[in-house]
This record gives sequence, C-alpha cells and structure tokens, in this order.
Amino acid sequence: MTTASTSFVDRRTVIDWLGIVPFMVFALAFLIIPTLYLIVGAFFNPAGEFTFQNIVDLFSPSILGAYWISIRVSVASALGGGLIGFFLAWAVVLGGVPSWIRSSLLTFSGVASNFAGVPLAFAFLATLGRTGLVTVFMRDWFGFNLYSTGFNLLSFFGLTITYMFFQIPLMVLILTPALDGLKKEWREAAEILGASSWQYWRMVVLPILWPSLMGATLLLFANAFGAIATAFALTGASLNIVPILLYAQIRGDVLHNPNLGYALALGMIVITGISNVLYIWLRTRAERWQK
Amino acid sequence: MKASKILAWLAIAIGAIYFFVPLIGTFEFSLRMRRGVYSFDAYQSVFTDDQFRATFGFSMLMALVTIVVGMLLIVPTAYWVRLRLPQMRPVVEFITLLPLVIPAIVIVFGYLRLYNSSSWIPFTGSTQGTNILLTFSYVTLALPYMYRSVDTAMRTIDVRTLTEAAEILGAKWPTIMFRCIFPNVMSGVLSGAFITLAIVMGEFTMAALLNRPAFGPYLQLVGANKAYEPSALAVIAFAITWLSMGLIQLVSRFSKLTPSRP
Repeated sequence: MTTASTSFVDRRTVIDWLGIVPFMVFALAFLIIPTLYLIVGAFFNPAGEFTFQNIVDLFSPSILGAYWISIRVSVASALGGGLIGFFLAWAVVLGGVPSWIRSSLLTFSGVASNFAGVPLAFAFLATLGRTGLVTVFMRDWFGFNLYSTGFNLLSFFGLTITYMFFQIPLMVLILTPALDGLKKEWREAAEILGASSWQYWRMVVLPILWPSLMGATLLLFANAFGAIATAFALTGASLNIVPILLYAQIRGDVLHNPNLGYALALGMIVITGISNVLYIWLRTRAERWQK
Repeated sequence: MKASKILAWLAIAIGAIYFFVPLIGTFEFSLRMRRGVYSFDAYQSVFTDDQFRATFGFSMLMALVTIVVGMLLIVPTAYWVRLRLPQMRPVVEFITLLPLVIPAIVIVFGYLRLYNSSSWIPFTGSTQGTNILLTFSYVTLALPYMYRSVDTAMRTIDVRTLTEAAEILGAKWPTIMFRCIFPNVMSGVLSGAFITLAIVMGEFTMAALLNRPAFGPYLQLVGANKAYEPSALAVIAFAITWLSMGLIQLVSRFSKLTPSRP
C-alpha cells in the first residue's frame, strides 16, 4: 500500500516536471548556453588556457573609449527621455488635461516605444539631416544654418536625441501607473497640515516615487545600451559604440582575438545585468506603495 | 493650480513636437523624390523593387512561423506552470525576462559560436538550418512579450476547474490544450502575436548576423544606398508598428466585451 502510493506520487511528480522540459530545453539551448559559452570563453585564451588577460585588455584605450561613448549616450538618452517622459506622465495624470489626451498619449507611447531600429534612423535623417525638414525650414525661414553650429546628427548628440524618441514613450508607459498610485488623500493630508506644494512634492511624492523614477531610468539606460540597429543605420560604423564594435568583431574579428570579443560581450551583459537587477530591486520597493 | 495647468500643457506641447515633427519630416521627405513637386514616386519605387517584396515576404513568413512556434511553446508551459508547478513560476518568469537583459547581439554572437558549421549542432551549416535558428532567435526575442500577454490572459480564467471539467468529460490532453485552454487565452495569444509581428518585421541584428534576407537588413541596405526610398520605408515600417499596436488594442477591448465565465 505504502510503496504503491509512493510510486504513484513519484510518477505524478515526474510527469509534472516533464511538462516544462520543452521550455527548459529551449531556454537552455537558445538563451542560456549561448550566453554562458561567451562568458566562459571570456576567461580563456585562444590556446584554451584560463586567463584574465581578456578582461584586462578591455581596459585598452580603444575598447574603453567605445564603452565610454556607449555609456554616455545611454545615460544622456535615459536622463533626457526620463525627464521629458516624467513631465508628460505627470501632465496627463495630475496636470488636469482632458482625458482624451491621456489615452492618445498612452496609445501613441505603445507604438513609439516599439518604433526603433533602422526606420527610426531614417526618420531622424529626414528630419534633422543635412536636407531634413527641420534643417531646411530653419535655413529658409530664419536664415539659421543648423549645421554651421557644429551640430551633426551622426554624432553623440544626434544619437542621443534619436534614442530619446523611444525612451520618452517608454518612460511614460512605466511612470503613468506609478503616478496613478499617488493617493489624493496624501495631498489633502499634506495640505491640511499646512504643507506648500513644494513641500508636498519634496517630502511626500519624491520619497514614494524615487524607486519608480530610478528604476525606470535604469531600464531606459539598459534599453539604449544594447540597441544597435538605429546607431548602425544612422552613423554606419563611424560612431564607435560597444554594440557596433561587437558587430564588427563578429563580422571580421577586428580585435584580432576571438576571446577578447567574448570579453566585450561579457562587459555588455555585466552592464545591462547590473542595471536590470537594480531595476527589479527598485520596482519591488516601488510596488509597496501601489497596493 | 493655474501654473501647473500651463506647465502640463507645455509638457504636452513639447512631447507632441518631439513625436510628430520626425514623423511629419519623414513623410514630407518621402514625397520629395520628383524635383519641385510632391509625389509618391519613392513609394512606387519601393513597391516595384523585387528585393522589397522578397524581404518583406520573408520577414512576414518568419513572423508567422515565430508566432506559431512561440505560442506552441509558451501557452502549454504557462498552463502547466499554473496547474502543476506553481513553485517553478518565479524561475520561468525570470527566464522569460532574460532576453530583455541580454542584448540581442550577444545572444546571436553565442549562436554563431555554438551552432556554426563545425559544431555538433550545425544550424548555420545550411540555409534551412539557419532559417530555423533565426526563427528560434525571434522566439527568444519575443519571449518576454508573449509570455506576459499569455500569462495575463490565463490569470482571468480558472485553469484548474476548466481542466477538471474537461477531464471529467473524457477529454485527452490535446483536446484540453487546443479546445479549452487556447480559445480561452486567445486575447493574450493575439496580443502576443501582434507585438511579435512588430518586433520581427523591424528586427535587424539577428537577421544581419545570420545572413538571412530579412526586411531589417534590407532597410539598412536601402538606407546606405538611396536617398528618398528610406523615408518611404520608414513610413511603411511605422504603419506596420501602428497597425500591430492598434490590433492589440482592438483585441483587448474585444476580450473585455466578452467576459470569461469562471
């Protein structure tokens, strides 16, 4: 009796676990093992010996420069997109604008946050390129030559404002629910206690909102850091950001050391990994107030 | 109150300018092909390009295969985890979020090293194999979105009761899966499918590095070689994204109209 029931339980447990085998096999084969392969490869030299040399080599000026410009573009577009996105979300939630604006903004944000890649680069070239709409408009109507000011779309600044096109809507989508979570009672309580609007924002809203704000900005950062298609279509290989360097490395071993390529990939995973872990941690903190 | 309202409108105005000027700019640019007048010549040039039709068709087909393969993988998994392995939920959820953490270019780099023609699973050794690998790479990219939309839809139905009812009526598992579970999470399946469509149609990195003639690499190629066609293509790509998102909204509104019976 006992043996029969245990074997029944065992059989059932086995079937239970068999159910997620296809998913696990898929995840291992096409997500986890390929990534681990690169991570492990970063610690070996082409002869197959364990080494930290590849990691040390990442700190050579050219590679460090690529990381630096990638980080700068990602930080700038995350902060810029975050700031404008925050004001937009604030405007539709608390600014008292008509509700149709809110729903159109959210719908549009859903579209625009997915409108990245190569077409986005085309859109900005047609707008702010040398013969783009805005460039021509300013030249013909105001006699103002944008490109004589040193502005260039194919640069750090150009890439940053292009990335902001998908960063702003992403921020709107993440922050709108967080702002919705601010309870009316908190504001009323603060006002009854004699707080000014500034004090309410500084001492009530910000302490509640900062995990959402920080978390969303980190997500934006990681989002920009891994992006390649827009930059590639916009600047070709002229702007040396990490994903473009890695692309060139995969295509033609420009670093003349395959294992250094693995280390380059490892560096990307570490940076996006850290920002995502922080994002998840901050989100769990933020959710405390949204219950 | 007055000041904050002005500030709110200012924010909306800045946002509107930021969003609409590039779109207007792109559209205007795409009409400029014929000197002096606006015309749809660029669109005509795009639509009559054989490469356009071939790559667009290829990516469409890839998107469809990705959706079918992805859903056959994800719906049963999400169902099974809810029904039998709730303790595995955090693990499965974590895995589905990984493609957002690991950049696409890193994933495909791993594929190229792991599945090249001299490895034991030489996916990239043949065209057919590379197409299969590309499909799987798209499933990986779409995993976070597909899983979340399916799981959200599954939350609204009582999986356990449905399964028990079906079992009592003598249904075998394919019947349970395809005639009970799938129809009940259709809204999630469809919104996952449309977002996958938008992702696959615009995807560049995977297809370019696996050397497949998809729409994304074609866009990049046109951008490097032509003047007005890229803008026309950007307008078309934006329309595809817009259409996908519109369909998602439509589906979610539709599913709200027909409440599921618990």
